[in-house]
Amino acid sequence: MLSLYVPGTSPVHRAPAGLKLAVLAGLGVGLFAVSRVEVLAGVLAGVLVLGLGVARLPVGVLWAQVRPVWVLLAVLFGFHLVVTDAATGAVAVLRLLVLVLAAALVTATTRVTALVAVVEWLARPLRLVGVRPARVGLVIAMTLRFIPLVAEQAARIREAQAARGAQRVRLGAVVPLLIAVLRLAHTLSEALDARGADDVPARRASPGRA
Amino acid sequence: MRTRDLAYVALFAAIVAVLGLVPPVPVSGLPVPITAQTLGVMLAGSVLGARRGGLALLVFLAVVAVGVPVLSGGRGGLGVFVGPSAGYLYSWPVAAFVIGWLTQLCWRRYTLAWALVANLLGGIVVVYAIGIPFTSLFGDLPLAASATGALAFVPGDLVKAAAASVVAVAVRRAYPVIEAPTRRATAG
Amino acid sequence: MRFARRAAGVAVAASGPRTAIELREVAHAYGERAVLDGVTLSLTEPRIGVIGANGSGKSTFARLLNGLVVPSAGTVLIDGLDTRTQGREVRRRVGFVFQDPDAQIVHPTVAEDVAFGLANQGVPAAERDRRVAEVLVRYGLDGHRDHPAHLLSGGQKQLLAIAGVLVMRPQRVVFDEPTTLLDLANTRRVARVIEELEQDVVVVTHHLDLLAGFDRVLVFADGRVVADGTPAETLGWYVARMG
Ligand SMILES: Nc1ncnc2c1ncn2[C@@H]1O[C@H](COP(=O)(O)OP(=O)(O)O)[C@@H](O)[C@H]1O
Ligand SMILES: [Mg+2]
Repeated sequence: MLSLYVPGTSPVHRAPAGLKLAVLAGLGVGLFAVSRVEVLAGVLAGVLVLGLGVARLPVGVLWAQVRPVWVLLAVLFGFHLVVTDAATGAVAVLRLLVLVLAAALVTATTRVTALVAVVEWLARPLRLVGVRPARVGLVIAMTLRFIPLVAEQAARIREAQAARGAQRVRLGAVVPLLIAVLRLAHTLSEALDARGADDVPARRASPGRA
Repeated sequence: MRTRDLAYVALFAAIVAVLGLVPPVPVSGLPVPITAQTLGVMLAGSVLGARRGGLALLVFLAVVAVGVPVLSGGRGGLGVFVGPSAGYLYSWPVAAFVIGWLTQLCWRRYTLAWALVANLLGGIVVVYAIGIPFTSLFGDLPLAASATGALAFVPGDLVKAAAASVVAVAVRRAYPVIEAPTRRATAG
Repeated sequence: MRFARRAAGVAVAASGPRTAIELREVAHAYGERAVLDGVTLSLTEPRIGVIGANGSGKSTFARLLNGLVVPSAGTVLIDGLDTRTQGREVRRRVGFVFQDPDAQIVHPTVAEDVAFGLANQGVPAAERDRRVAEVLVRYGLDGHRDHPAHLLSGGQKQLLAIAGVLVMRPQRVVFDEPTTLLDLANTRRVARVIEELEQDVVVVTHHLDLLAGFDRVLVFADGRVVADGTPAETLGWYVARMG
């Protein structure tokens, strides 16, 4: 399955997904109350120790998540140098860096299924407005299932057009593609109903392993 | 929500994900390459309507959050929700909802012009109205500065709004999901 | 042999009268478009085949049998249960296998997908795991339990779809063109799976040789049953009529 999970047995891996997410959420709020560079640098060091030392993640895994925001962080710092001062800039950059790394750490050490279970759990209050939490998990599973299907359909239509001499994908090709996948989604929903998707008991048992 | 609606929601979440795998297209004359993902946001609203369109984008964000790397550039995980540009992500469900709402308003006489209005308002105005303040907040930047940075993306977004509108009008003619009376033709 | 199979079917469905499948003056229209018209049938045989041209109403007929489609007029009874009012119970009894395996697989990995229907029924996790493992072995998918479903071959996908339905232990199974998208080897494989089922089956197909050993074959044309009898009586007639 395409995912950013890196298998492992470290204490970070084994910590409950809900706990990891709660700590992450706490960091997200807490860090904005801190504006001392030393404290932020300390937290950053802590996250790195947890990730590289305890969880034994390859450096590349963390770097892959930082790389896309690297330029932005640099620009941000440069901007602060001009408008405010280096200390304020360092604080802004450090905060974001800690959050991005901590989030990458949680993602890399927690299975998709465990996170989906947390999402289902978080969705429980939605019961009040008539949403069944189990359906949230189902819809995520269906999305993961649809991703390769949509990609395949797109490739098929691109090939069919190329076979008839089209150089590039034209906008016109998107319409038959969308209709094909809409039909597919509709048939899939019938197949789901045929397998009882509609008569889920009040508390659906948790999903199997990924 | 019927199972069919769930399937449509999941489908558009997946479509947005697949569009994230499309490499950015450089277009001569435009300052930054066009990424395809917001095209999916516009299509979700235009094809599914407000509720299902908005939900599709929420589900997409949930899929990104649980660590599936389907954000353009192969990004994913929880980190993307705290970066300075995360506001744009948060704006997507709202944008799809607004586009869907506008689309439903004029569904009976849904023309290219109406589609354009919906996609420009929902897909561009809403997105920037949420994304720009977020960038200033997270990066301690003045509003004007983050707005200037965002300008580079406007031409690409205009192109996408036009493309989404053309597609949405054609899909409505062949397979209207929003009115969706009874059972539609199936693959079986 | 066929009798033994039928006896097993009766044993499971022992509650209620042994009426099997009954359609009374059934008509169906999608909006304005009339698709089935005045179909009255009583099907008690364990193996029923359904053939007919594209668009003749076969899929609509099949969908009626487990309540996916509720008729615009008339009544469909499955073992005495009305699909209109007892849809849930009917769907529990009647499994449905579609033509396109891709349109039936919901979960990204094989074992998860097979478990889907059981989870819907509220089967406890331990029993669920056991039953999933059992059908995966039966359909030769046990080596693939954690594989992404989209990497299976077309034939394996259809077997997965069948496994996902049979794990729920339905009392009868409706197949709507289960082999249309498969190659010859996989068609034979699926045919053998159907042949070996202990449940009663209704099979819609264009592969006439699939129906050779069946008890009864219905021929549809323009939303009506135009021929009804043993394979010997109907298959030859149908082929001759096609010219
Ligand atoms: N959901 C639908 N909406 C409108 N027309 C439909 C729908 N499904 C099937 N039809 C039409 O009903 C007729 C019978 O379809 P179907 O039962 O699928 O036949 P078959 O399976 O024998 O090909 C066809 O003409 C088809 O176009
Ligand atoms: Mg059919």
